[in-house]
Amino acid sequence: MGSRSSHAALIPDVDHIRRETGFSQASLLRLYHRFQALDREEKGFLSRLDLQQIGALAVNPLGDRIIDSFFPNGSQRVDFAGFARVLAHFRPVDEDDATIRDPKQPEPLNSRMNKLRFAFQLYDLDRDGKISRNEMLQVLRLMVGVQVTDEQLESITDRTVQEADEDGDGAVSFMEFTKSLEKMNIEQKMSIRILK
Amino acid sequence: MLRAALLLLWLPLAGAGATDKPTQEPVSLGEPPPGLALFRWQWHEVEAPYLVALWILVASLAKIVFHLSRKVTSLVPESCLLILLGLVLGGIVLAVAKKAEYQLEPGTFFLFLLPPIVLDSGYFMPSRLFFDNLGAILTYAVVGTLWNAFTTGVALWGLQQAGFVGPRVQAGLLDFLLFGSLISAVDPVAVLAVFEEVHVNETLFIIVFGESLLNDAVTVVLYKVCNSFVEMGSANVQATDYLKGVASLFVVSLGGAAVGLVFAFLLALTTRFTKRVRIIEPLLVFLLAYAAYLTAEMASLSAILAVTMCGLGCKKYVEANISHKSRTAVKYTMKTLASCAETVIFMLLGISAVDSSKWAWDSGLVLGTLFFILFFRALGVVLQTWVLNQFRLVPLDKIDQVVMSYGGLRGAVAFALVILLDRTKVPAKDYFVATTIVVVFFTVIVQGLTIKPLVKWLRVKRSDHHKPTLNQELHEHTFDHILAAVEDVVGHHGYHYWRDRWEQFDKKYLSQLLMRRSAYRIRDQIWDVYYRLNIRDAISFVDQGGHVLSSTGLSLPSMPSRNSVAETSVTNLLRESGSGACLDLQVIDTVRSGRDREDAVMHHLLCGGLYKPRRRYKASCGRHFISEDAQERQDKEVFQQNMKRRLESFKSTKHNICFTKSKPRPRKTGHKKKDGVANPEATNGKPPRDLGFQDTGAVILTVESEEEEESDSSETEKEDDEGIIFVARATSEVLQEGKVSGSLEVCPSPRIIPPSPTCAEKELPWKSGQGDLAVYVSSETTKIVPVDMQTGWNQSISSLESLASPPCTQPPTLTRLPPHPLGMEETQLPLDMSSDPRSSFAFPPSLAKAGRSRSESSADLPQQQELQPLMGHKDHTHLSPGTANSHWCIQFNRGGRL
Repeated sequence: MGSRSSHAALIPDVDHIRRETGFSQASLLRLYHRFQALDREEKGFLSRLDLQQIGALAVNPLGDRIIDSFFPNGSQRVDFAGFARVLAHFRPVDEDDATIRDPKQPEPLNSRMNKLRFAFQLYDLDRDGKISRNEMLQVLRLMVGVQVTDEQLESITDRTVQEADEDGDGAVSFMEFTKSLEKMNIEQKMSIRILK
Repeated sequence: MLRAALLLLWLPLAGAGATDKPTQEPVSLGEPPPGLALFRWQWHEVEAPYLVALWILVASLAKIVFHLSRKVTSLVPESCLLILLGLVLGGIVLAVAKKAEYQLEPGTFFLFLLPPIVLDSGYFMPSRLFFDNLGAILTYAVVGTLWNAFTTGVALWGLQQAGFVGPRVQAGLLDFLLFGSLISAVDPVAVLAVFEEVHVNETLFIIVFGESLLNDAVTVVLYKVCNSFVEMGSANVQATDYLKGVASLFVVSLGGAAVGLVFAFLLALTTRFTKRVRIIEPLLVFLLAYAAYLTAEMASLSAILAVTMCGLGCKKYVEANISHKSRTAVKYTMKTLASCAETVIFMLLGISAVDSSKWAWDSGLVLGTLFFILFFRALGVVLQTWVLNQFRLVPLDKIDQVVMSYGGLRGAVAFALVILLDRTKVPAKDYFVATTIVVVFFTVIVQGLTIKPLVKWLRVKRSDHHKPTLNQELHEHTFDHILAAVEDVVGHHGYHYWRDRWEQFDKKYLSQLLMRRSAYRIRDQIWDVYYRLNIRDAISFVDQGGHVLSSTGLSLPSMPSRNSVAETSVTNLLRESGSGACLDLQVIDTVRSGRDREDAVMHHLLCGGLYKPRRRYKASCGRHFISEDAQERQDKEVFQQNMKRRLESFKSTKHNICFTKSKPRPRKTGHKKKDGVANPEATNGKPPRDLGFQDTGAVILTVESEEEEESDSSETEKEDDEGIIFVARATSEVLQEGKVSGSLEVCPSPRIIPPSPTCAEKELPWKSGQGDLAVYVSSETTKIVPVDMQTGWNQSISSLESLASPPCTQPPTLTRLPPHPLGMEETQLPLDMSSDPRSSFAFPPSLAKAGRSRSESSADLPQQQELQPLMGHKDHTHLSPGTANSHWCIQFNRGGRL
């Protein structure tokens, strides 16, 4: 376990991270402790291996993809800022957040769009901005499990893609993805309470 | 009008009363019975059940009458009307019999009336929503109820000490606490009755309703503890007794839940083995749930909690195990019983209130109680919500709190409990009874009446029901996994973490143990949504017949945005469900990919849809398998149709070679069921035309050999509940034969067979990605459905063609529609002529044509317009070549749809 700091000031670049992620001091401290706990060798960053060692994540069908999302652009390490940035997507949305926000500022990481974008990029493996049929099939295979035959899975995939696909290109773009979820309360479904 | 109805309702009652009197006399006279009476009046032997039945009948009739006027029921909750009716009826009975004959007996209430309601609500409780809000529900149920009971009791005692309650009310602190405990619990029956009509958002509903169910444990414990304290006398209560009281809270609640879960487990396990006795499945559900209730009641645990947990726990597995029909039966019976019990409860509540000998009025007590329960409920809700909101992701806002406070209705449970009090131990019982009646009436009638306008006025978020889509279901699952993963990363073991754990455990062990293997395989939530969507599509597709196709391609309910998808889904459904239980699955799989089969299936589906409306019902009764009859009947009819058609074709055609090719089909279906191997040998008999129309028929035609019959019946038995599956299996076989025959090329016109679905399908746009769209006529036709339909149609045409007309008239492959509609017209013409002679025969040909014309019309719009002048003097619904029969079919469907 890493050395435990009990003060937020010890977190490198704390103000910048707070501004970017919107986390409260307490949550940031909590995350920092977790970060240090995961960083077994006290390297100051996390590698893929560090995250893969979380037991429950290995069982999670989307575990690998979520780990991947911590390492954008093929990098092999993630520092605390990056770690917090990813988790900031799951910060609950405050009502007053939207009103106070300066329109010039970039959208906060926990906005509906960014939450959706996070989910979207878990599907979109090749990062081409579209969930192709094949990508959808892979996700469905992870989600549905082994009970359903390949053929059935394919037809589910077809239907799922076609359901969301509006321009008929056989793939789901981000806009179509958003549209298919417009009735869902994303702000609520993609938030974790403790990440205030 | 209402008055008239009441009078009407009174008649049977009066009748019952009248019959009561005269029957008394002969019996009381004690005359020796004459040797053989021609006519004997034995009222007493049937009295009890007869009265029960009469009461239920009266209640049901009352319901019907209430619902005659939409205005009344939209304004006044049914529960209010029933209570009022009960008051009137009670008054009448009182006037007629001079004493109150009927009232809500606590025994009856707890043993017979309450369980169905609780089971219904537990079984149909949205479990995800329930567990998502479990924290809040438990808080309100436990803390809230305790709070209400104590504050109300103490406040009433204070009121008495202050002298506002008449001195006649002899009650100490313990008595008031006892009263507080029974009056404080929110009543599930009342809440359900009112909130079902007020459509507040799901979260709010589940919190209020969940609370009302779960607080039973607290109520029971409080009531029992206080009651025993009162009976012991306050002087004898030791400190250990208080501890015991607290401990019993846990015992009663956890024990009740445990009993429920044990029975849920038993129930799920039992239904796993009911494959061959489907008919008792619904019975098992009710029996075991009731057993759970009685067991908990016997052990003086919380029976309501037991049944709730039983329903909640078993649903997933039971629904997976039992057949579709049993599912419907369970649902309907449960709803019927619950609504029946609810009706009777409210009516009896009204009736029991009339009996003035049981209660004594004290204004101070009544008004005080009314004020306190409202006030402390509101206060409790506000305080608890404040605490809860610190922990909730979605805080409950002020409006929610108002509705929650106001929605705390009291009901029959309180009344039954207060009736149960022992007058010798609780001298103030009569006052308590009166107060309870007033409280119940006030909450049910006044609050029930006003809550709807209140909800409207406050603009409480209503529940919005939208149909599930596959995307939503899939993404919801992803979100769950994402959240669980993020909780792992953050290192916080919260709700998502535990839910994930539970799901894994369930998947690994529980489902394996409790679900039938076949059910387990197809019991995935995503799969389930997919399945249901498809069923709906298929039903609406069949229902709407040609309409959907003719107007704007396909428009199916579940698929608002794009029409093209519908077809794949329907056909996929058929294929899928077929593969779930089909014996010859392997054969199908090895022979070819599913695509081509789908097209034929689609076609067959259409034919099935055409066939259905004119199904005639014969009186038949089977004790063990209801469905077999229906299936058989249908099969028989299809068989007859096919035979007729076959005879026709024999007369009308000269190409005997084709016959040799087509004969093996029916045989093969039979054989395949046995050994799963296609039998390509050629024999004489059946024209390939059948390919198109005998979906189920193809299978059933094989009545000739005993083996086949056996296999048939076993099949039907196995799948007794899913007709669609049956169709799918049959068609896939048929199609396969079609393919076999195609490869044999026995038929003299090889040009005809190649267009059989296989080849055609491979060029379909969704198969090969975005490849060869250009081949097809227009961008509209490239949408999957029409093209697909086209192949199915084409196939049937080709088979028709091979029989009925010289091969040369057959157009080249129809799948590759010439871009010019005029060319289409030309090819169409000979076809129509060739099939013309058949239109003179009564039913099947017209069916065939309707099927054809439908697929035709679906093919694309330009073509239709071109064709219209040719075919259509009948109507412009594009069904033109159909005879009166097909026309009638469509009309029928349209009517049904409306």
